[in-house]
Order: sequence, then structure tokens, then C-alpha cells
Amino acid sequence: MNGRRTLAVLISAALAMALPAVAIPQGFAGLGSTADGFAVPHPGVPLLFPADHGAHPDFRIEWWYVTANLQGEDGAQYGVQWTLFRSALAPGNQSGWSNPQIWMGHAAVTTKGRHFVAEKLARGGVGQSGVEAQPFSAWIDDWEMKGLPNPGADPLDSVSLHATGKDFGYALDLSAKGPLVLQGDQGYSVKSAEGQASYYYSQPFYDVSGSLDIAGKTVRVTGKAWLDREWSSQPLAKDQTGWEWFSLHLDTGEKVMAFRLRDSRGGYTSANWISADGKPMPLPPGSLEVTPVRSARIGDRDVPVAWRVRIPLRGLDVTTDPLNDHAWMATTTPYWEGPVTFTGSSAGRGYLEMTGY
Amino acid sequence: MFWTAATALLSHWRCRPIQFATLVFGLSLATALWSGVQAINAEARASYARAASVLDQNALTQLVPRDGNSIPQATFANLRRAGWNISPVIEGDHRFGNVRVRLIGIDPLTTPGKVGGFEPDGSNDLAAFVSQPGVLIVSQATALKLSSHTDMQIKIAPDIPDGAAFTDIGMAERILERRGELSRLVVAPDQRPDLPALDRLAPEIAIKPPGDRPDVAQLTDSFHLNLTAFGFLAFAVGLFIVYATIGLAFEQRRATFRTLRSLGVSLSSLTLLLMTELLVLAFLAGLVGVMIGYFVASLLLPGVAATLQGLYGASVPGTLTIRPEWWATGLVVAIAGTIGSSAQSLWQVRRMPLLTAAQPRAWARARAVGIRLQLLGGLVLLITSAILAVFGHGLSTGFAVLGCLLLGAALMLPGVLSAFLALLQRQSSHALVTWFWADTRQQLPGLSLALMALLLALAANIGVGTMVSSFRLTFIGWLDQRLAAELYLTARDENEASRLRAWLPAHSTSVLPIWSVEGDVLGDRLQIFGAAANDSTYRENWPLLLGTADVWDRVAAGQGALVNEQLWRGKKLSIGNELALPGGWSVPVVGIYSDYGNPRGQVIVGIDALAAHYPNVPKLRYGVRIAPADAPALKERMTSEFGLPAENVIDQASLKRQSRAVFDQTFAVTGALNVFTLGVAGFAMFSSLLTLSGVRLPQLAPVWAMGITRRDLALLEMLRTLALWLATFVVAVPVGLGLAWVLLSIVNVEAFGWRLPMRIFPTDWLVLGLVALAAAIVSVVIPLRRLATIGPSDLLRVFANER
Repeated sequence: MNGRRTLAVLISAALAMALPAVAIPQGFAGLGSTADGFAVPHPGVPLLFPADHGAHPDFRIEWWYVTANLQGEDGAQYGVQWTLFRSALAPGNQSGWSNPQIWMGHAAVTTKGRHFVAEKLARGGVGQSGVEAQPFSAWIDDWEMKGLPNPGADPLDSVSLHATGKDFGYALDLSAKGPLVLQGDQGYSVKSAEGQASYYYSQPFYDVSGSLDIAGKTVRVTGKAWLDREWSSQPLAKDQTGWEWFSLHLDTGEKVMAFRLRDSRGGYTSANWISADGKPMPLPPGSLEVTPVRSARIGDRDVPVAWRVRIPLRGLDVTTDPLNDHAWMATTTPYWEGPVTFTGSSAGRGYLEMTGY
Repeated sequence: MFWTAATALLSHWRCRPIQFATLVFGLSLATALWSGVQAINAEARASYARAASVLDQNALTQLVPRDGNSIPQATFANLRRAGWNISPVIEGDHRFGNVRVRLIGIDPLTTPGKVGGFEPDGSNDLAAFVSQPGVLIVSQATALKLSSHTDMQIKIAPDIPDGAAFTDIGMAERILERRGELSRLVVAPDQRPDLPALDRLAPEIAIKPPGDRPDVAQLTDSFHLNLTAFGFLAFAVGLFIVYATIGLAFEQRRATFRTLRSLGVSLSSLTLLLMTELLVLAFLAGLVGVMIGYFVASLLLPGVAATLQGLYGASVPGTLTIRPEWWATGLVVAIAGTIGSSAQSLWQVRRMPLLTAAQPRAWARARAVGIRLQLLGGLVLLITSAILAVFGHGLSTGFAVLGCLLLGAALMLPGVLSAFLALLQRQSSHALVTWFWADTRQQLPGLSLALMALLLALAANIGVGTMVSSFRLTFIGWLDQRLAAELYLTARDENEASRLRAWLPAHSTSVLPIWSVEGDVLGDRLQIFGAAANDSTYRENWPLLLGTADVWDRVAAGQGALVNEQLWRGKKLSIGNELALPGGWSVPVVGIYSDYGNPRGQVIVGIDALAAHYPNVPKLRYGVRIAPADAPALKERMTSEFGLPAENVIDQASLKRQSRAVFDQTFAVTGALNVFTLGVAGFAMFSSLLTLSGVRLPQLAPVWAMGITRRDLALLEMLRTLALWLATFVVAVPVGLGLAWVLLSIVNVEAFGWRLPMRIFPTDWLVLGLVALAAAIVSVVIPLRRLATIGPSDLLRVFANER
């Protein structure tokens, strides 16, 4: 999950630099090594729901991140991404145009042959974008992740997801078949050897049904989705240049979250094995090995799109293969994010995110 | 052979350098004024378009409040959440210290396109833009003025008009104290296909389609039309010169043409040669003209910029850019003008029988029928002008009235003069005097174009001069009334303003708040002022055109509003009409006041009503009444004791001085154009006389032969010129006054929204008359000298040669 966190840091960096797209810098210098008056995560602080589904404006960065592996009634595979990032220029959330919270939405639909992307920017304090915990709603403009009436259940158990962009759109209903999963130490997720950390939990057990609109055609779809929630204030180490992040739905019902941050010292890895009934089993640092298998030429970049992923402690040794090599997010901060399938010791589907290429 | 023919034709110019100079200079002058005026217009229009595209995002559709108030922030959020891709703008006027700027707050996250050429160019630009203390994006000139008055970061961008500043909407909201009230919403070009309808989502806002012409361009239309008319007038006068010179040159070369034709040069070759010669000359003269035009325009532009600023508040840079459009039009106009003026002469060359005697036709042959037709045409035009003046409406009608009046008068001039001369001829019994008048009449057709040009120039001078002087006199009288307070103060912030309100009453006779808000009234954005109508200052001094008996009591009680003349005329209001003001209240119109120099409508309500309905009105400006003798002392105390910066305290005298300076600058351009036009007319006169003196020897030689000395002949020529000049001037006075009347009562009302009383300034005419007289005398000097010194043998040859 560190990957996601870093993405948001990068996005805030990009925002701070300029609106036009900028290349990902080869490091994160200049972001400030202190938290600049923002709150910082502490271990042993219990996460409270539904309050923590909402925004934490005293932290610098936060996101609501959904990825879905879907199958159409036409038999084709699809990937869907819906993300709301929050990036604060200063702590606080006063009403009005002086609000320091910047919101950014990314939406994408991936098919075998095409990849549709849209991006939205908004400032907080005026109602254009925001998140409310109960009833749950996370929105930017006409994109929304909205809690459906489900008395007694967690507000995130049942949500609808909606976004549109040029030539694409989707409306999905997500229904959780398992519990929320706290990552790291009861939701306190250590991010580096130096001790940077975030608050972090997931809902990896969504069943999805709904429809996609692709270039004017509507397709009914079903499948699985994964929600990540994370907030923090601390930047990454200076020598980190990018990351690979995997969320895998195993056919056994188990889930795996794994990432590697690339740095000058061989990288920092982290992984969490989640049982089919939602019990997290965090694995010690160094348990994960990832190796590129195949690269694709995207624009003027070589991006490794197929990976061998090994977690020897759990006997996992799989090779991931993307649905579409060109799942490139040509957004303010460009990155690769797309659905994958994997085979090997286990089989299943999932999502891969890569930055720094 | 072709080349020989060409050199033979061209040798004519070598023998007559003055004629050559006249032709080139006349054409250059005509082109110069035309292209100069075009250059100024092009510059100003480009500047408006630039300002509009930057300030109003004019190329984009906008959503604006229907009732003229503001758009709530929630409406913006609702529309965004319904899928509308729109960006909010909060804008308003703000003073940083004593520098007033149009502050435009944008949201960089949603705004379509970049702002005025500004691109965030380094790390942290966006963060700095939206975070305290904020950034102001301004032009170079505005940056210089602002630098010491704000702690906001100042960035310079190329396309921002002077006096405007872009900033983050959050900053604008705070500085302008808008609390979420948006001025307008800009609709981005890319929208979702199935957008929900606006009238269902937000019925309180209206769609303003793109491409509406910028307000300021509409406002200044009349001014540019004015300039264009002047430029065209000068061009037409210049063409008279060209026509006369070309006519003469062809006339004098008839012998050459015959010889060339006899030697075997075909008619088409000859025509081709002459055409080529003319086109080359036209091109060269046009080029010179465009260059002079550039020079003229760069001389005039600062004045024009001052005019536009003074009259319309339009900001136009005082420097000129070379634009292809006026270069090209200048040349085209020069060439077209030359072709037009030479068509008749060329036609005659083509029709000339090969072997006729090459005697100069009486080039200036009397054409009684032509003059009569002209007289009739002129009369018809004058009648049309009168009918239009009575029944027409609109600015273009105003100019049509002007055009008909001038052209009609000019066309009638030869006829009138001819009738006048015929009368004098009949009255005289002495043979020489009879000959003098008859010969003058005979010359009329040849001189008529020059005289018409002179008439136009004189009439324009008298008319425009009368208009400007009337305006000045009225304006200054009005200023004296209106600027009644002894001191005018501007507080730097509300805090200082409230201290001022506490401090001033003990130190002055009375304090008059000068507060205003901006809002939409009757569909126009205009200023609503508050007046302390109970104060005797207003009752005694404020110039009202119309008003109810209890006008000031009703304004003071908040039960009536005053509107300025512009609004009254523009919206056809009358006393008693209900006026809906922003914020959902309305008051009846109880009075009309004159408001010269203001392009826009204005409303005045009681100060208490203003403060009650618009609690956020900036309360920074005040007029202070005090015994005039004590004003300097109070001014001194304001700065030393109270601590107000000296530039924030203006005394009445210097305010009036400033206003007068603005006024005088405003009409400096008109004055300069007047001088230019008169100069061209003088030159036309000169070239016509020169032309005539060359062809008139056959008429003069017999008179000389009958015993009149050359000196007396020259004297008679001088007298003739003066008589024609005087007659033209006498005709020009009523035409000029008519012109002034049309300008004051029709064009100004349409263009500016105010009507001025006409005053008459005979001394100005006298000065003009003397200037024109001097021009006439100068123009006659060379031909006279030639006549006075002509050898008797030359005069004798007339009887021998080619006659």
C-alpha cells in the first residue's frame, strides 16, 4: 500500500509544481522532510468506523481507492479504477474558497484493446468535492462513491460507484462479502526502515455488478473489487524512485497485498496475506520478491508489464500478465495502473500499479 | 521603341519636378492620414479584443446571475455535481493603497485554458497561487504601480491588460469580502454529452453566449467611426490633389502622346505605359504614405489612448505595433485612389483621335450643365440630411446626417459661387472688372474640387471646434458645480475609514460619504452611489437636468433614486419610473443629473439606503466640506496628525486641474486631425492653382496684349484667390455650425449618452479664417511669381504656337 501513499505524495508534488503534466521526478526532494504542522500517525491508535471512512483534513494526504476486475456478459474482461485523492496544502478544512484541501479524482476503464482515463481537480470547502462518513459519500463533481441504505451494517459494506469520462462511463454496485481489513499493526502501517507510517485499511471483498459504457455501448458486468483507504502526512525516503504494487484476488478466496518501493539499496518490500474470512497475516519485510518478466514500449518509456511475484513464506510463486499492456494513466502525474491475471502456484485476478517509469 | 516611349513619357516629370512632387506628396499625404487612422483603430481594437479574451474569457459561454446579484457558491457546486464543467470567477474593483485595479479571482483547478499568457513555471507555483499571501498576475505597468502597496506576490504576464489583476478565487473572495458570492461561471468547451438542463438546476442564472463583442469595443465604436470619418475626409481631400495633378500632367503631355502615336506606338502600348507609370507612382507614394501614416499614428496614439481612457475607461497601450492589415489597406487605398483619379484622363487618351491638333483642351472648361446637376444633387443631399436629422435614430443615422450635410454643401459650392460671381459680373460696368468676374467663373470648374476640399476642411474645423469648445465650457461649468467639496479623501482600509468618520466631524463643516457598489440595473452593470442627500452641498450644487420638487428629500429618505443622463436616455426612463436595483429592492426615479465624461449609466440613492441594502459597501471615500481658506491646513493635518498618505487627500483645485487636463488631452487628437486636414486642404488649393496657372496662359495673354501689365495681372490673380477663399469661408461657417449641431445633438447623444448646449465662438472662426487665408496666400505665391516674371515672349507665343 505504500505505493498508493507514494502516488498521492507525488500527486501533491505535481500539484505543487504546475498544472500541466510533469514527469515524475527522480526523487522526492523538496517535499519537505517534516510534516509541516500536519498530524502524524501513531501506533496503537484504534481506527474508529464509520468516522474514519471520512476525511482527515489534518493529515497531508489521503485517498479512497477502488479497483475492480470485471467480466462482461459479452465474455470479455474489464478493469475499472475509481480514485479520490485528497492533498492538503495546509492543515484545516474551513468553509469557502480559502480552503487548503485539493481534491483529485481519477477514473479509468481498461479493456483488452483500450484504456480510458479521466481526471478531475477540485478544491475543498465549497461542496465541489469531499467525503462524508455517514451516510457515506465520496465525490468530485458528478463522480461519486455513495453508501447504499444498509441499516446496521458498516456504511462501506454497500456502495455504488459512478464516473464518466470522454467515451466511457460506469455505474457499479459494490457489496462487501467480508469484513474491513486493517493493514499493518491494527491499521498502523509502517512504510520504511526509517519508520515512516500511515493509517491504512482495506475492503478487498467486494462483489460487483453493474454496467460499463464504452464508446456508446453498454455492457453488463460482474466481478470483484478492492477498496483501499489510507492517510498520512510523512513523505518517503529521498532515494526512492518508484514502486510496484499488487492487489491479488486468489481463486481460493484469499487476498494478497504486496508492494516493492525501488530505491538505491535493493528496495523496500511489504506484503499482507489475507485469509478468505478476512484475517490479515502481515508478512515481515523482505518476504516479497518481484522480478520483471516482460516490458512494453509505452510512448518513450519501457515499462515492465509482466512480473514474477514470489512470497516463499506462503509458497506463492506466480507470474502476472496484464489485460492491456497500455494501461497508462496519462494524468497530471502519469503512472501505470491496470487489471492483471496471474498463474503459477495460484491463479486469479488482480490489479497492478507502477510508478516511476 | 517601347523603352523610348517610356523615357519620353517619363521625361515630363523631369521637366516639372514641382508637379511630380505635388502628385507624390498629395497621394502620400492622403494615404498617410488614412493609414494612420487605420493604424490607431487597429491598435485600439486589438487591445480591446485582447482585454476581452483575457478578462472576460470572451470566447467561452458564461453563466451569469439573472437578477444581477451574484451566484451562490452552492449553485456552483450543484452544477458541478450535475456534470457541468464550469469554473467560478469572483471579480470586482479594489484599491491597493491608491491604486485601483480590477481584481479577477479564478479557480486554477477548474479554469479552462491559461490566464493571460501566464503559466505556472516553477515548483510550488500553484501552491503559492492558492495559499496565503497569494499572487497577483498583472501587466508590467500595473506591477510597477502595485509593488509598494501589497504584500501579495506579484507576477508579470504578457497579455494582461493594464489595471487588471488575476488572483486565486480564495484571495479575491477575502479581499472583496464576497463570502461565497460568485460573479459568474465560465463554461468550459468540453462538456459531458447528456447535461441536465440549466433552468431546472439553477433557474436564477442565465446563459450568456460567447462572442458577444466586448463592451468597451461597443462603447468606443463611435469614437473610432469618428476617427475613420476624419481619415476618410483627409483621404478624399488628398485625392482631389491627385486628380488635379494627373489631369494636368496628361493635358500637358498631349503633344507627346500624339507624337508617340504618330511614330507607331500602339494605343494599347501607350495606355499600358501610362497605367504602369501611374501604378508605380501610386505604389511608391503609397509606401511613403504608409510610413508617414505610421509616424502620424505614433504621434497621435498617446493622445488617442488618453481619449479612450478618459472617455471610456478603455486601456490602450500608447505604443504602436506594425500590423499587416493597415500596411496593406494603406497601399491598396493609395493604388485604388490613383486609378480612380486617373480613370477620366486615361479614358480621354484612349478616345483622342490620332491626328488631331495636340492643343491643350481648355482643361478647365466651363461646364454649366455639370454645375447645375451638382447643385441639384447637393440640394437633394441637404434635404435628405434634414429629413434624417428629424426622423432618424441611431449613431449611424447621425453619421449619415453628417455625411449628407458635408457632401451636399460641398457639391453645391461651385453652383453657389458661380451664381454669386454671375451676379457680380452683371453688377459691374467696368470692362476689366466684368472680365475679372467672368474669368473667375470660367476658372471655377478647375478650382471647384480644391474649393470643395477647402470647404470640407473649414467646415470640419468649425464644427468640431465648436463641439469641443462647447463641451469644454459645459464640462468645466459642470465640474465647478459637481466638485463642491473642498477635500476628497480615500481611506486605505475600513478600519482607517471608521477612524476617519470619528475624527472628521470635529474638524470640518460636513463629511460626505462617497460610497458605491456595482450591480446590474436594467441589464447593465453599473455603479450605484450613495449620497448624503440631506447635506446642503447636494441641494445647492449637484447639477440636475430634471427632478421632482422634493427630489433631495426623497433621495435622502431612501424613497427615490437619481439616474444620470446616460442611463436616462439609454433606457428611455422618465421621472416616476420604478427602478429595480440589485438585492431585490426598487425605488422610483426622482431626478436626472448630467454626468459628462462617464461612458456608463449610474444611479444615486440615499446614503442610508445604500448602506442598509448593501452592508458590505466599501466605506473608504469621503468628500469634506470646510471653509476654503481652512482646507490646506486640514489637508496638512490629515497627513501629519491623522496619518493618511498625502496622495489619499486630494483638494478640489487639483482635482479640477486633473479633470481639465484629462479633458484637454481627450480632444488633443481631434485638434491634431483638424490641423492635418486643413493642411491637406491647403495643399489641394496650392496644387489646383498651380495646375491652373499652367493652363491659363491662353486666357491671360490676350488681356496682357490689351495693355494690362503683368504686375496688375498677378494682383488680379491674387484678388481672385482671396475672393474665392472668402466666399468659401463664408459658406463654411453655416455648414460648420450645422456640423456642430449634428455632433452635439445627434452624434454625442448616441455615442456618449449626453446632450450638450451649443455655444458659438466667433473668435475661433477668425483664427481659423486667418490660418486658411495664410494657406491660400502661400498656395498662390508660386503661381503668381511665375505669372509676374513670365517673359513677354512666352505670352506672345500663345498667339503663335499650337493655337
